[in-house]
Amino acid sequence: MTDAADGNDDPMPVAARPRAETRRPSDIRVDLRLIADMIRPQSRVLDVGCGDGQLLKYLVQARDVVGRGIELSQAGVNASVAQGLSVVQGDADADLGNYPTQAFDYVVLSQTLQATRNPRQVVSELVRIGRKAIISFPNFGFWRIRWSLLLRGRMPKTPALGYEWHDTPNIHLCTVLDFVDLCERLGIQIERRISLTSRGRTAFLQSSLHLANVFGEQAVFLVSKPER
Amino acid sequence: MLQASRPKVASGAAHEGPSIQLGLDEPLKLDCGVKLGPFTVGYQTYGTLNADKSNAVLVCHALTGDQYVASTHPITGKPGWWHILVGPGRPLDPERYFIICANVLGGCLGTTGPASINPETGKPYGLSFPVITIADMVRAQAMLLDKLGVEQLFCVIGGSMGGMQVLQWAAMYPERVYAAVPIACAARHSAQNIAFHEVGRQAIMADPEWRGGEYGLHGTTPRAGLAVARMAAHITYLSEAALRRKFGRKLQNRAALTYGFDADFQVESYLRHQGVTFVERFDANSYLYITRAMDYFDMAADKGSLANVFSGTKVRFCLVSFTSDWLFTTWEMREIVHALNAAAADVSFVEIETDKGHDAFLLDEPELHETLAGFLNAAAQRRGIARK
Repeated sequence: MTDAADGNDDPMPVAARPRAETRRPSDIRVDLRLIADMIRPQSRVLDVGCGDGQLLKYLVQARDVVGRGIELSQAGVNASVAQGLSVVQGDADADLGNYPTQAFDYVVLSQTLQATRNPRQVVSELVRIGRKAIISFPNFGFWRIRWSLLLRGRMPKTPALGYEWHDTPNIHLCTVLDFVDLCERLGIQIERRISLTSRGRTAFLQSSLHLANVFGEQAVFLVSKPER
Repeated sequence: MLQASRPKVASGAAHEGPSIQLGLDEPLKLDCGVKLGPFTVGYQTYGTLNADKSNAVLVCHALTGDQYVASTHPITGKPGWWHILVGPGRPLDPERYFIICANVLGGCLGTTGPASINPETGKPYGLSFPVITIADMVRAQAMLLDKLGVEQLFCVIGGSMGGMQVLQWAAMYPERVYAAVPIACAARHSAQNIAFHEVGRQAIMADPEWRGGEYGLHGTTPRAGLAVARMAAHITYLSEAALRRKFGRKLQNRAALTYGFDADFQVESYLRHQGVTFVERFDANSYLYITRAMDYFDMAADKGSLANVFSGTKVRFCLVSFTSDWLFTTWEMREIVHALNAAAADVSFVEIETDKGHDAFLLDEPELHETLAGFLNAAAQRRGIARK
């Protein structure tokens, strides 16, 4: 232990400590590319749950945005800060309330909504802080999930949702139709919706909400709340 | 108990390295209303200022720290208090940066403080020294930088009271700060921290050798009082988990309890050692004044909210807190983060997992060093400071 607060005495031995894991894979995900394509150059972007800063880094470099991030894991924040990104440790449930209204052009919440404690509150905050919000999530109405539950009678696992029921961080899963319903309840306008299958973007899913609810594995929504 | 040899610091005589006279033409106007000048600032520098004067870094030290951030302490002979962060190959490399660290106003190692001789009386100031604030310390540092030819700092960095100075720098001289790294600090000193400081001050003042603060005239030193102040404060720098891990209930060089008041437990012996060695290098009145400066620190006091303090700031912030720090909690650091977010400032924030308490900022914490190295390097690249 040291001579406290000035370090002039003998240091305490340092115990080895395991490192935290980053939450996201390092390859750029297809939904991240779609999100990036929705963002106008030189805008202000807040990425909520930014992981190791992959999307932010891309947006800063390729879109010349002013980027900020919020990330839960220390490893993710460290990785982001080390790349020169401005990221604060925090989470979507607790830390959005302090941002001023319309502080950003876009607020991004990618693959995080289902892990929040209060998705309704989080979505409300996203459209308050950002002029537009971009929200991506795994669609729990996807036919493989339905089929798996129907056939096996066990909680479904898919590549997008690979956890066991007892250790999953995903506590608020929803379907495309559920999300659309939430937006209606909150007076939120859906400006764009893109649905993805495991093969990427498929044309036939884009026209029909109900087809997207069955055959879309992932959904990306661009939403905003009109000023009253 | 608590025996120590005669301290060497009462007059600041042990100070080594450069010092500078400031406030010769115009005195420093202190928050308390007193004009102080001329006064002396003892400091250390590492590296050289580059041609476009863009690579200056100011390191701000904590309550009982000093300017020997990366050089051997002249009294204790120990390595600089942040040598793991400042030095060749470290995140703050003198090859790349011009690093400055100055003893704070009110200190006792080369900078004018209560132990210094008052030129008007020829005697040590003692309690006639004006009460100083964190803002006063920062003003004195700004005057030093003027003399050193540094207009803008690339970075101002510090932990604990050093972090308070960093925040004050960013608030008071935003145009002179490119990046700010406040670590394990707060924008206002908490009631609990004021309470602990008061315990320390009362311990000093209860020592008969303190002599109403005029021990300098009487040739005495309130050793026992200052040591007790240090012992109490030291507990707040640690954590219950770290104390348990390091000491538990282990006995000190004995097989059984002695049924007396000797230091039976290792933790007692350790604290006594901390108290005794501290007295060797620190002035009791300086301890009173500097703890008072921290108590008075409340950035938002006359600004309505903390967000107003930083509204429109261009400074790039990186804040760091530690999970087991109960002196300056993550919660308090988060308050600053929230205010900076509300002010739309450029801010990064990391909470580092450790059981080492407040002291963690001084220790070999790999996550801290990685965060700082990453932030500083990215900011330096943006600022165009070449890596040598």
